[in-house]
Amino acid sequence: MSVQMTKGVAAAPIAATPSPSAKSRRSVFIRRPFFTAALLVAVAYVLAAIFAPHVAPFDPVKQDFNVMMKAPSVVHWMGTDSYGQDILSRVIFGARYALIIGIFSVMIGAVGGLVIGLAAGLSGGWAEWGLMRLIDAILALPSLILAVAFIAILGQGVDKVVIAVGLSMIGPFARTVRSDVMQVRVQLFIEAAQLMSISYLRVVVRHVLPNVIFPLAVQVTIRVSEAILVSSSLSFLGIGVTPPTPDWGLMISEGRDFVSFAPWMSAMPGFALALLLIALSIVGDGVREEFDPKLGKES
Amino acid sequence: MIVQTLSETKAPVTEQPIFELIEVEQVFEVPKPGRSLFSRETVGLRALDGVRLNIRKGTSLAVVGESGSGKSTLLRVLLGLDRPTGGRALYRSKPILEGRATGVEFARDVAMVYQDARGSLDPRMTIGALIAEPLRHFKIVPRQDEAARVSQLLDRVGLPADAADRYPSGLSGGQVRRVAIARALASEPSVLVADEAVSGLDVSTQAQLLILLRSLQRDMGLTLIFITHDLGVASFLCEEIAIMYLGRIVETGPTDAVLDAPSHPYSAALRAAAPQFFEPLSEPLSGEIPSPLNLPAGCRFSTRCPKVQDNCRLKDPQLGKLGPRRAVACLHPLEQQ
Ligand SMILES: Nc1ncnc2c1ncn2[C@@H]1O[C@H](COP(=O)(O)OP(=O)(O)OP(=O)(O)O)[C@@H](O)[C@H]1O
Ligand code: SF4
Ligand SMILES: [Mg+2]
Repeated sequence: MSVQMTKGVAAAPIAATPSPSAKSRRSVFIRRPFFTAALLVAVAYVLAAIFAPHVAPFDPVKQDFNVMMKAPSVVHWMGTDSYGQDILSRVIFGARYALIIGIFSVMIGAVGGLVIGLAAGLSGGWAEWGLMRLIDAILALPSLILAVAFIAILGQGVDKVVIAVGLSMIGPFARTVRSDVMQVRVQLFIEAAQLMSISYLRVVVRHVLPNVIFPLAVQVTIRVSEAILVSSSLSFLGIGVTPPTPDWGLMISEGRDFVSFAPWMSAMPGFALALLLIALSIVGDGVREEFDPKLGKES
Repeated sequence: MIVQTLSETKAPVTEQPIFELIEVEQVFEVPKPGRSLFSRETVGLRALDGVRLNIRKGTSLAVVGESGSGKSTLLRVLLGLDRPTGGRALYRSKPILEGRATGVEFARDVAMVYQDARGSLDPRMTIGALIAEPLRHFKIVPRQDEAARVSQLLDRVGLPADAADRYPSGLSGGQVRRVAIARALASEPSVLVADEAVSGLDVSTQAQLLILLRSLQRDMGLTLIFITHDLGVASFLCEEIAIMYLGRIVETGPTDAVLDAPSHPYSAALRAAAPQFFEPLSEPLSGEIPSPLNLPAGCRFSTRCPKVQDNCRLKDPQLGKLGPRRAVACLHPLEQQ
C-alpha cells in the first residue's frame, strides 16, 4: 500500500506539498509576469484613487485662466485643459470616480444577477421561463443603450450612473449564473449530497452556491472594466456625471473640440482609461486561471 | 419466497434479509424509435423486469452483467433514488422509499461509492471538508473530534493525514476512490453499495482497492453490494453473486458454487468465455444482445441460448429455487455434476 502511495504522490507533484495553494500563490507572480505587471498597475490606480488629495499636485477643479491649454511641462505633467485645470490632478481624481462607479455598479449587477440567475436555474418550469424572457428582453439591448435609458429615467449624477450601469449589467450576470447553476445542479456530487438526505436548501447553500460564486467573482473582476467603459461613455455623451466632476469620459469629451491643437486634453484621460481597462482584464483572466481549484492538474 | 421469510421469523436475526426485492420492475418511457418529429409516442423500456433478490445482513454480493443489463438501475432502486414502477423493494421489511422519506437513518445506514468517484466529490471542498460533511450531517462525532476522526478515516483507507488539506483535483484516480470510500464509511453505515468502484484503474491500484474493500467488509461486518463487469473481481471480493441479463437476475448463489458449476446457460457462457481477472466481460456469445425495448418472447435468453428448446420461446422462466442457497431462471437448468 505504501508503494502505491508514493507512486500516487509522484504522479501528482503539485499536490504533493502539504499546502499547495500557499506555494502556488507565492510563485504566481514569477510565473505570470503580465499578470504581475497588470496587478501592479491596477493597484497603482487604486492607491491613486484612495490617496488622490495627497498625490495630486493641484486641486482638480481649480481653474486658472493664466495657464489655459498648456502642453505637458515640468509643472503640469499632463498639461492643462481649456479652463486651466491641471490634467494630471484631474486624471488622478478621475480614477476615484471610475473605480467607485465600476465597483459599485458591478456589485449591483452581480447581486441582482445572482438572485435572478439562481432563481431561474433552480426553479424550472414557468417561473424559469418567465425570468429568462425577462433577462432576454434586457439582454437584447447593449448595456450602454440600457444605461442611457435608465439615466433618462433616473437623471444625472454619480449615484444615478452607478445605479443605471448596475441595472444594465444584471442581465449578463443573471445569464451566466443561470447557466452555471444548470451545469452544477446535474452534477454527481449534488446527487451524492441528496443521497445523504441533506435538505435541498442546504445542498443549494453548501454545494450549488460555492460552485457558482467563484465563476461569478471572476466575472466581476472582468466586468468592472465594462462598467467603467459604459460609465465613461455616458459622460462622454454628456449624460453621465456632470461637469466639473473630473471624470475621464467627460474630459475626453471636453477635449474633443481642441484635439487638433491641444491633443493631450483628450489623450491623457483616454490613455488612463485604456491602461486601466487592459490591466483589469489581464488581472481577471489571471485570477480565473490561477485560483480555480477545478482547473488543478489531474494525474 | 415471502412465505419463506414469514415462516422463518424464529430464525436467527442474521438470516433476516436487509434488502428484499420482490418482482421489482422498472419501466422507462422512452421516445419510440423512428417516431416523427412531432409525435409524442413513447415505448416502455423494461430496464428491470421481475427482479427477485434477497440480501442477507453481513454478506457481500456481486451484481454482474453485461452493459445495459440494468445493474445501475437496480442500484438506484436499492438506494431509494428511483421508485420502481412495479413490485416491492424492502429495506429491513419496510418499503425503501418510506425508509428514505422518514428521517436520515436510512441515508446514514446505506452508503454509496460512485463509479465516477471524482464527480461525486464537490471540487471546491477539501478532502477534509468532504469527509467531515457526513460526520457533521449525521452527528457522528462532536465538532472538536471531527479532525481526529477525519484523519482516522483517511488512515483506514490508506491515505496520509495531510491529504485532508488537498482538493480532489490534486489526487490520482486511485486516491480519489479511497476518499470516496472514506466518505462513505464516515457515516458508520452497515451497508456499502459500490458501482464499478474499481474499474478504469490500473491493475495494481485495482488490486489494492479490492484488498482494502475486502478487509473493510470483514473487519466492520459491512453488507457489501458491489456492481462489476468483472467475474474475477466478483469471486475475489464477494461471497454471493447475482448474474443479470436484460433486466432480470438469471442466477444467484454463492460465488464459488455458481462459477464452478453454473446452472444458467448464460452464466455458463460467461464462465466459458474464460474471463481474465481485471478484464471486463468479453462478448460471451455470438449474436447481438436483444434490445430491452423489444424483449424476446418466452425466455429472454432464448435468442442466444445454446440449450434452447421449444418451450423456451413460450414460457418466461422466473427466478426459482435450486438447492438450498441457489436460484436460477431457466426452464432447463444445466445438470450439476
Ligand atoms: N433514466 C433512464 N431513462 C431511460 N432509460 C434508461 C434510464 N436509465 C437506464 N435506462 C436504460 O435501462 C437499461 C439498463 O441501464 P443500466 O444503466 O441500469 O445498465 P447497467 O447494467 O448499469 O450498464 P453499464 O454496465 O453500462 O453501467 C439500459 O438500456 C438503459 O438505456
Ligand atoms: S429457459 Fe431455455 S432459452 Fe432460457 S436459458 Fe433456459 S434453456 Fe436457455
Ligand atoms: Mg451502470
